[in-house]
Amino acid sequence: MQALAELKEQIRQALPELDVVIGWQQGYDALHTSPLFIRSEEDLEKLVVNEFCVVNPASYLREMRGGKKVGLVLKGCDSRSVIQLVQEDLLKLEDLTIFGFGCNGVLNHAKLQARFGDIGYIKSIENSGASVTIEVDENKETVPFSELCADKCLTCSYPNTLQCTHFAGEESSKEAESEQDKALEEFEKLSMEERFSFWQDQMRRCIRCYACRNACPMCVCKDHCLANSRETKWLSEEVDVQNNFMFQLIHVMHLTGRCVECGECERACPMDIPIMLLRRKMAGVVRDVFAYNAGTNAEETPPLMCFKVEEPTIEERH
Amino acid sequence: MACKFISNENTNQWLEALAKDHVVFVPVDDGGTVTFRPFGEGRKLVLDRMPVRSAKEAVFPQSETLLTYKYDKDPENPERTSVRIRETLPKERAVVFGARPCGTRGMAVFDKVFDNDRIRDPYYATRREHTMFVTLACTKVESTCFCHEVGSGPADTSCSDVLLTPVQGGYAAEAVTECGEKMLEASFFADGGDKCAEAEAVKKATREMLGEAHDFSDAPEKLLAAFDDDEFWEEQAAGCLSCGACTYLCPTCYCFNITDEATGTTGKRVRSWDTCMSFQYTLEGSGHNPRSTKAKRLKNRVNHKFSYFPESYEKYIACCGCGRCIKSCPASVDIRAIVKAAQARGAEKESK
Ligand code: SF4
Ligand code: SF4
Ligand code: SF4
Ligand code: SF4
Ligand code: SF4
Ligand code: SF4
Repeated sequence: MQALAELKEQIRQALPELDVVIGWQQGYDALHTSPLFIRSEEDLEKLVVNEFCVVNPASYLREMRGGKKVGLVLKGCDSRSVIQLVQEDLLKLEDLTIFGFGCNGVLNHAKLQARFGDIGYIKSIENSGASVTIEVDENKETVPFSELCADKCLTCSYPNTLQCTHFAGEESSKEAESEQDKALEEFEKLSMEERFSFWQDQMRRCIRCYACRNACPMCVCKDHCLANSRETKWLSEEVDVQNNFMFQLIHVMHLTGRCVECGECERACPMDIPIMLLRRKMAGVVRDVFAYNAGTNAEETPPLMCFKVEEPTIEERH
Repeated sequence: MACKFISNENTNQWLEALAKDHVVFVPVDDGGTVTFRPFGEGRKLVLDRMPVRSAKEAVFPQSETLLTYKYDKDPENPERTSVRIRETLPKERAVVFGARPCGTRGMAVFDKVFDNDRIRDPYYATRREHTMFVTLACTKVESTCFCHEVGSGPADTSCSDVLLTPVQGGYAAEAVTECGEKMLEASFFADGGDKCAEAEAVKKATREMLGEAHDFSDAPEKLLAAFDDDEFWEEQAAGCLSCGACTYLCPTCYCFNITDEATGTTGKRVRSWDTCMSFQYTLEGSGHNPRSTKAKRLKNRVNHKFSYFPESYEKYIACCGCGRCIKSCPASVDIRAIVKAAQARGAEKESK
């Protein structure tokens, strides 16, 4: 990949000035990458950029606060979380060096799994861009990329890293396949009772591991999250539908107007619970009410962090 | 071990029969993941995939009530209250069907901790006594499997009562315990015949798929030698998100928390899973936290399984090699690789 060679060169040059650059490296099998923390040129050789680079490097920024000079290799969606953190004054743009590139979408493990039984038995995978050929067990199949990619990539209009210091390779011309998330559209056709029973069923599966929270770049309190607080105790230690759902509601409410729809929460969930439905719903509400799209413009102030007597997008006086 | 045969059709009938007086936990499709749920109408068994959750809940539920209590005011002296306590020991008899050998073997770790000559945890021990395990030998291996490297294998019978091996048309069934032998007396089982040889071939083939085993035997000392190497642990833990998914899915993780959950004058004492990956795990009342960073916490998880536990319990590695923590980790943190890195670190130091 052209971008990879250029990225490496840009990072190589910037590295002496930086404490660390966060990117991705090959993981334990063909389908997985894991985050890479580049501190030396030796580490840099391990960098990969491909359709398995799913982790959002910005999720580690919380630990890097306090004047550390951090470099980040970011997909378009990942870069939105950095911008949002800057908008919220949780990070300083001048401490960050962002290495951008054009993203063509990432693959979704849950979809691969649903399609191929168990991807743990993966033999090989090839991606041509338009389609993916995968061999699991005795089964070899070619499937359109769009059927296996992350949902966020289907609606993504920011495939190129926003506000980056360096940009490598060609810009991606990838366009959103649809404006609305199909799953959410389908979900909203259900009656209230059906929606409620849907969530009851989903939340029964939750193991309250908090991977959704810890993978979220915008959940900044983590260690002090109120889901774990002992005084006051908001959630019972009993793991049941009610408490599990309560935690999801806490998470989604704290992310309303801040969630950049990077999808990390849902991706991290070991139980494959479709919690992006909740995030997308609230992001849509914020777009409708405040005409605000989180993490797209560092100059903006998030709507819940400012007060305007009259919101230009809300008709309150007649 | 006597070997018998049960056809696919009879297996279903056997489960139905067992379900009459047991809770029968089976791996089912649960919204795309595979979890253990009670056998019953409309539940689709999934036996060709490794369950995402292990069956540890059959003996160690994520949350369980240890006792219930009620405060009573003394009518003579309202300043005084008395408390009535009722213990709530588990009563149900259960069968776990279709767990993988690695998942079941996790209990060997619990047994050592919860039921030994010094301590007997009545909740665990009662469940353990009342639960039978019918385990399913693996016929293929995943990229995350390493049972063969921690003293186990794809047909391990360590904590099973019965081992089933998939063969043409059904399963070859071997009793491991006396209780398992009784189970195989049910009319659904026929004589094993040549199915037994077929089963042996299946087991051998699966074992071969795993290839040669890495040797973890010097891991305890190598990990201990790396104990104070903060840089090493920070590097290993860099990608970790401190979520705890690894520990909750792990068949050998047994840490718990105890909380009193009160409503007015009544309440219950609840025991629930805890995880060393969480900041709260060692947070002291004073506010001091000896494991304040994720590197210190990951060090605990890896060392507990590959160093502290083997040191306390006759070299027994407290990891069954199921790979769940690797497979479900959102950041693909690989416990095998960490232990190997500690072993290699030792070698590097020695060669210097
Ligand atoms: S959402 Fe856009 S930028 Fe993010 S991975 Fe998908 S295509 Fe790439
Ligand atoms: S809530 Fe989910 S989608 Fe939103 S920012 Fe957090 S991880 Fe990303
Ligand atoms: S859910 Fe809320 S309290 Fe918990 S870490 Fe996220 S933002 Fe903080
Ligand atoms: S990651 Fe999934 S299982 Fe874990 S707490 Fe979140 S929703 Fe529940
Ligand atoms: S190792 Fe993985 S699963 Fe475990 S706490 Fe860290 S990120 Fe979560
Ligand atoms: S540590 Fe990981 S591989 Fe070992 S038993 Fe636990 S989940 Fe399985």
